[in-house]
Amino acid sequence: MATETMAAETRAKRSIRWHVGVFLAPAVLVYTAFMILPLFGTLQLSMFRNIEQSQVFVGFSNFRTLFGDPNWSVNFWNALRNNVWFFIIHMLVQNPIGILLAALLSSPRLRFTAFYRTAIFVPTILSFVIVGFAWKLILSPIWGVAPHLMDFVGLKSFFTPWLGKEQYALTALSLVSVWQFVGIPMMLIYAALLSIPDEVIEAAECDGVTGMAQFWKIKLPLILPSIGIISILTFVGNFNAFDLIYTAQGALAGPNYSTDILGTFLYRAFFGFQLQVGDPNMGAAIATIMFLIILAGVCVYLFLVQTRLRRYQF
Amino acid sequence: MKTKLLTALLLGTSILGTTGMALAEDVTLNIESWRGDDLTIWKDKLIPAFEAKNPGIKVVFAPSAPTEYDAALGAKLAAGSAGDLITCRPFDKSLELFKKGNLADISSLPGMENFSPVAKAAWQTDDGKTSFCVPMASVIHGFIYNKDAFDKLGIKVPQTRDEFFAALDKIKADGTYIPMAMGTKDLWEAATMGYQNIGPNYWKGEEGRLALIKGDQKLTDKDWVAPFEELAKWKPYLGDGFEAQTYPDSQNLFTLGRAAIYPAGSWEIALFNTQAQFKMGAFPPPVEKAGDTCYISDHTDIGMGLNAASKHPEEAKKFLEWVASPDFATIYANALPGFFSLNSTPVKMEDPLAQEFVSWRGKCKSTIRSTYQILSRGTPNLENETWVESANVINGTDTPEAAAKKLQEGLDGWYKPAK
Repeated sequence: MATETMAAETRAKRSIRWHVGVFLAPAVLVYTAFMILPLFGTLQLSMFRNIEQSQVFVGFSNFRTLFGDPNWSVNFWNALRNNVWFFIIHMLVQNPIGILLAALLSSPRLRFTAFYRTAIFVPTILSFVIVGFAWKLILSPIWGVAPHLMDFVGLKSFFTPWLGKEQYALTALSLVSVWQFVGIPMMLIYAALLSIPDEVIEAAECDGVTGMAQFWKIKLPLILPSIGIISILTFVGNFNAFDLIYTAQGALAGPNYSTDILGTFLYRAFFGFQLQVGDPNMGAAIATIMFLIILAGVCVYLFLVQTRLRRYQF
Repeated sequence: MKTKLLTALLLGTSILGTTGMALAEDVTLNIESWRGDDLTIWKDKLIPAFEAKNPGIKVVFAPSAPTEYDAALGAKLAAGSAGDLITCRPFDKSLELFKKGNLADISSLPGMENFSPVAKAAWQTDDGKTSFCVPMASVIHGFIYNKDAFDKLGIKVPQTRDEFFAALDKIKADGTYIPMAMGTKDLWEAATMGYQNIGPNYWKGEEGRLALIKGDQKLTDKDWVAPFEELAKWKPYLGDGFEAQTYPDSQNLFTLGRAAIYPAGSWEIALFNTQAQFKMGAFPPPVEKAGDTCYISDHTDIGMGLNAASKHPEEAKKFLEWVASPDFATIYANALPGFFSLNSTPVKMEDPLAQEFVSWRGKCKSTIRSTYQILSRGTPNLENETWVESANVINGTDTPEAAAKKLQEGLDGWYKPAK
């Protein structure tokens, strides 16, 4: 009797566990079809060039053009520089504000938290087109409310057509993007703060750690992993950004390419613009570089940052 | 689906309308187009006019959406299901179709002699020997002005550049109106309504444009830098915050009567007529001295060609001949004020503003936008760079010389003129 069950068990262990494959299949198939295959398709496309109406394998020649030909490289480095600035603004403005808002929201004395939470999160679910268009109108020197509002408080002299000035346009758009997405770090941090057990807080209070000191010494270390996740999400999101610049400034990312980021640069190369004919091969080369940049960033995070983050088990 | 239904309906009506005639002999021609807006004009005016003169040929206008047109047409041509007549985009897009053998050579079509070489240039091979589309319409650049404002301030329509800037100074000193409605936010306004509008007077129209293609002239030459110098002088006359002023902003500023002068393309006429509550007039880009030859940008925009795989080439050619005739030109130009027939025979138009624009053809020499033919095939794209640099010059971020130098360097990067 006992041996019989043993035998049955080993048989069950050895037999292939089909259900694992069956349950994984939908995700694997969908992910492969829509993410992995196109990724390899892009890599392949970037190694070819259209010569006399047929695709010819050219190895890394497209990348040599991208980095070696000043007509391409100047635009590329400009786009990369702008993209880094776009990212820096998000890291310096969006995430600290998100953490601050979350800290305020999690304060037990604050009333109407649900309202604030919703109000701050709503822009995140708005379409880029609406955000881009609305801010273009708000900041418009002709019909916009910004100049009038600034006039009310006597700051009219500080108003300039920000979106039209080379030195301000990118920063202005970054801040619009911050306005739109500040809800995401806020929500994630808020959730992390709520998950801190009361015992920890109470223990801190017993030890005399309260107020700001409590936030810096107890809460912040506990939410660091969430901040890490937010940073990497911001990084990936910013280096893939395109929509806001396109809706607010157009594909040429004016004035004088000052708001050109990798996404708009890729768009112009791949699909062409106005009289410029699209070049899918060069576009794919740019897309590949974007992929590598993001991959490098994610790797740095995974191997250098995340492994050092301490986890607390409660 | 909608188009299909429409086509079916149109076909249905055309068959119903001809009961009693020998149906078997009727030939139906299909027109491919992106101008869905013009459907009623074709259906109610143009096609009946042609069918009345050519019994036995039925014509169906079957447009697709502008953004889908090129892709849809390409697919239909490859599958052999494209219409007999194909509406042609200017320059490279149509040239490519011709090179692929999709468009027939119509150089010898009767009626082609009605068009000037400039008009035909948009649908010719680079050597100018073979034509593949009949030119249909063009848009003309110039300045539209607020007549009431000019009368109130006692300003005469400027003929020369000095008069032009004197007028701007006067409007500015008065303060009621913004002297000129233009912004640099959308970039193309600065290039298309600015550089390409006033430029031909400096580079002498076709003479300069062709010399540039040949490589005899450079964008850094005096004649090509001078328009940038004039653009730089426009800056003080533009409205507050023009750097962030978009194209619709400029249109609204003018039609609301807040600006006095609008650097324009003739396609604005229909819209301005419905929106502006004041009298409007137009003048061509001012010349240096009174009596100088004037040049205008009369930019070819739309044409029609013959599908090389058409089953009814004879009938289709008959239709194209009619498109090349003054009859067609008269109906078309009146139905769409601002899109001018390219026919050399003067067309009588009802709209006074459109009449004013087209009258310049008589006294000025026509040319097309300098960047469109051949010069915008590579990267960096000369047209797009001209947008950026024109805006830079007006914004004051680049000097005219620096802008011209950048453009020429970009062009040198890929363009080697045939010597």
